[in-house]
Amino acid sequence: MTRNHKLIAQALAVLVAIVVVALAPGYLDLFTVMQLTLFASMAVLSLSLAFIWGFGGILSFGQSAFFGLGGYAYAVAVGNFGDSTPAIVLAILVPALFAGALGYFVFYGRISDVYLGVITLTVTLILFNVVNSTAGNEYTIGSVRLGGFNGIPAIQTFNMPFDPSDILYPEHAWWVTGGLLIVVYLGLRLLIGSTFGRIAIAVRENETRAALLGYDPRLVKLGVFVIGGAIAGLAGALYVNWGAFVGPTIFSLSLSAEIIIWITVGSLGTLVGPILGCVLIQYLVSQIGTQQTFNSNLVLGVILVGFVLLLPKGIVLSIQQAFEHLAYWWGQRKSTLPSSSLDVPAMEGEKG
Amino acid sequence: MVGQGCKGASLVPVSGLQSGLVLTSYLKGIEMDLAVIVALDVVNGAASLFLLCLGLAIIFGMMRIINLAHGEFVMLGAYATVVSANAGLNIWIAMLVVAPAFVALVGLVVERCLIRFLYGRLIDSMLATWGLSLFIVGFVTTIFGNTTKGVPTPLGGFSVGAYRTSYYTLFLLAMALVAAGIIYALMRHTRFGLIARATMQNPEMAAKLGVNPARIYMMTFTLGAALSGLAGGLLAPVSGITPVMGAAYIAKAFITVVGGGAAILSGTVAASSLFGFINQLGAYFTTPVYGEVILFTSAIILIRLLPQGISGRFFKGQL
Amino acid sequence: MSELVPLLQTKNLTMRFGGVVANDDVNFTLGEMELRCLIGPNGAGKSTFFKMLTGQLTPTSGSVTFRTHSIAGHASHEIARLGIGIKTQVPNVFNEISVREHIWLAARRAHATGPRIREAVDEVLERARLTGIADAIVGQLSHGQRQWVEIGTVLAADPELILLDEPAAGMTDDETGRTAEIIREINRTKALIVVEHDMEFIKMIAKKVTIFHQGRILMEDDCAAVLADERVRDIYLGKKVAA
Repeated sequence: MTRNHKLIAQALAVLVAIVVVALAPGYLDLFTVMQLTLFASMAVLSLSLAFIWGFGGILSFGQSAFFGLGGYAYAVAVGNFGDSTPAIVLAILVPALFAGALGYFVFYGRISDVYLGVITLTVTLILFNVVNSTAGNEYTIGSVRLGGFNGIPAIQTFNMPFDPSDILYPEHAWWVTGGLLIVVYLGLRLLIGSTFGRIAIAVRENETRAALLGYDPRLVKLGVFVIGGAIAGLAGALYVNWGAFVGPTIFSLSLSAEIIIWITVGSLGTLVGPILGCVLIQYLVSQIGTQQTFNSNLVLGVILVGFVLLLPKGIVLSIQQAFEHLAYWWGQRKSTLPSSSLDVPAMEGEKG
Repeated sequence: MVGQGCKGASLVPVSGLQSGLVLTSYLKGIEMDLAVIVALDVVNGAASLFLLCLGLAIIFGMMRIINLAHGEFVMLGAYATVVSANAGLNIWIAMLVVAPAFVALVGLVVERCLIRFLYGRLIDSMLATWGLSLFIVGFVTTIFGNTTKGVPTPLGGFSVGAYRTSYYTLFLLAMALVAAGIIYALMRHTRFGLIARATMQNPEMAAKLGVNPARIYMMTFTLGAALSGLAGGLLAPVSGITPVMGAAYIAKAFITVVGGGAAILSGTVAASSLFGFINQLGAYFTTPVYGEVILFTSAIILIRLLPQGISGRFFKGQL
Repeated sequence: MSELVPLLQTKNLTMRFGGVVANDDVNFTLGEMELRCLIGPNGAGKSTFFKMLTGQLTPTSGSVTFRTHSIAGHASHEIARLGIGIKTQVPNVFNEISVREHIWLAARRAHATGPRIREAVDEVLERARLTGIADAIVGQLSHGQRQWVEIGTVLAADPELILLDEPAAGMTDDETGRTAEIIREINRTKALIVVEHDMEFIKMIAKKVTIFHQGRILMEDDCAAVLADERVRDIYLGKKVAA
């Protein structure tokens, strides 16, 4: 496939996705639509880490920290304002600011990549501990009680922008969530293709070289980290909108682990893969939940270990590679270089 | 909470010189007792933290394998102790022999089936051990359910003035010292220690000298696992035993080893003493939950200030 | 020689790693548009010197002045923006990125507008003979090709001063000749400092040569005079015997 074919295929895929999102409520029952809404909000979360890990080279073990902050920011803001419009904005801003502060601390402190994982993990635990111990009546923000381990129940869901009297129906919530998933995907595609995206990939590949060309790796990584935090915060708001509830387990390590599994399964360095991995794993976990033979941790653990050992590239890149090999054997030898090296749309910097 | 009460009491105005003196000396006695108890708590915190970290210090500090299943190794040690003690085995044997032996065996299997394919692949080894950790949690939950009957704390207690504490605290301190001594002797004075340290620094060179690096890696990983199991066994009587208990340990252990820096023994001793102290004092003045929060926050700040860890600054080139 | 207006000047530049002194009291001056070769055995401190010039290391003491800017201890990207480019000893490239994009990343810092950037990219690709492999992913190229990609990347950034650390290492005789040719060509408009071991290569390009030995500048003279010097031969012979 040439690059043009690829772009056409991708545009078609996006078009299909838009049609599916638009028509799904007409063909599916409410329960399935709700289920899909959950998957789509989690897929946005998956994209947030797919971006900072896959394209910024920053492996955060605490992406759920930003997700949780977004969820709590939404819950607190919507409880106080009574309108979801500013609440959604805050759900993006608060985690972005937090990511900015944490990222500044980490990247400008020359803390190595390994320690970054340890620090993000620890920060997630701190947030869990703090929020978990806010059970008393004294822990209120405005009119919203944080509720400690009980969380915040009966949160007002999304309304039409600036019209709190018009609360969205579940079908509408699906359109919003599915639509935002597509918007975030397209936005990230554009970003990765932009100058900033190319510089981010250069920094991921070789920080020293990027600095010697005049790019500040710290600033670039901070930018990537903040964007990732903002998207995770949006996902948090979408998630709270789905369940009308938020509790401290949103900051759990197991959620952070699951995001990493989605991406590993789907293919690191792509955007489609992490969405696919997220939906597959979520579906699998929900199926395990309905029957008692297997523990979901057990299955997730086996999947993660299996992929790392046997299919480290993940599903999407492995399939793509298989197709390329097939095409190669079919006898399309146009160049002296292996076809795989020429098929990659390098200017986009994305492998899938 | 108790401490604040006492401080409040000493401020109560008393009538009459005589009774005032008596009360003051009485309160001073209480404060002395309290100081002893708090000191014991701090020592206990530091010793537990050190025991918790030692296995990880070997595996991460020496082998640069980020073992995210470390907490689960500790958990398995605790379960091995609880299960064998509840089956009628002597508690000391369960803690000191069964727990490390069982987890060493688990470590050996894990190294042979998983870790050995991932040397030099830092991120992959992180992911795989995280997968392993989920697997172990799921496996233990499937067999034992979400909670398990614990074991009583052996050795009983003693009084310091109005307060009671247990001899087990002192035992943990002794065990921490013994473990540190054994590891020091093993690494510094035995053939295995010398070969292991040489192999971690330069596997090719070690191989040229006739050492089989694969075997040394295997033995070192198993040793780290055994120490994690021992920690689990020793902490079993004083912890809530659940399949997810490891999650609480992993961040603490990692941040301590990272804070300790390259010198695995002196660094880990220094970092666990410092963090144990901060944790217990923080818990004493606020709540145990905030004690942990204070521990984590100060650890992050320490790593920011000393990226090479405490030993990178103060004990360069030591063990 | 425009010795009066130095492009680059170091004063008492010293770098210690613990007890090891890698650079000791180096006083070095380079004029505008000068081409200088640095030679010296392994461990003489040449790479450490380059790292201090480019902000990869902060000197223990001493100063580095580039034109009027004091740059010792500044971040690499700041120094790069002032106009110092470096090709490091080991090929230092972005493995998953295409050749063209390497050049583009460097060129867009030097040129303001899109069309001008594209022009500059094509020009550099041609000059470094990379046009044929412009769309290849750099990680899949040979060692020699990667060297050229890095040289091209440095050229595209259009710096005022170019540092080349062993540019001919791992190249064929033919490529080495081409490298010398390019270096002379660059030198018509830019200043260069070149570290090399290959004496034949140095004879091809050098005007003035500086010898590093045990972290210090041993001597500085014309190429022929340096190569004839007894001490220089001792250093290199000694090194060969030891090796």
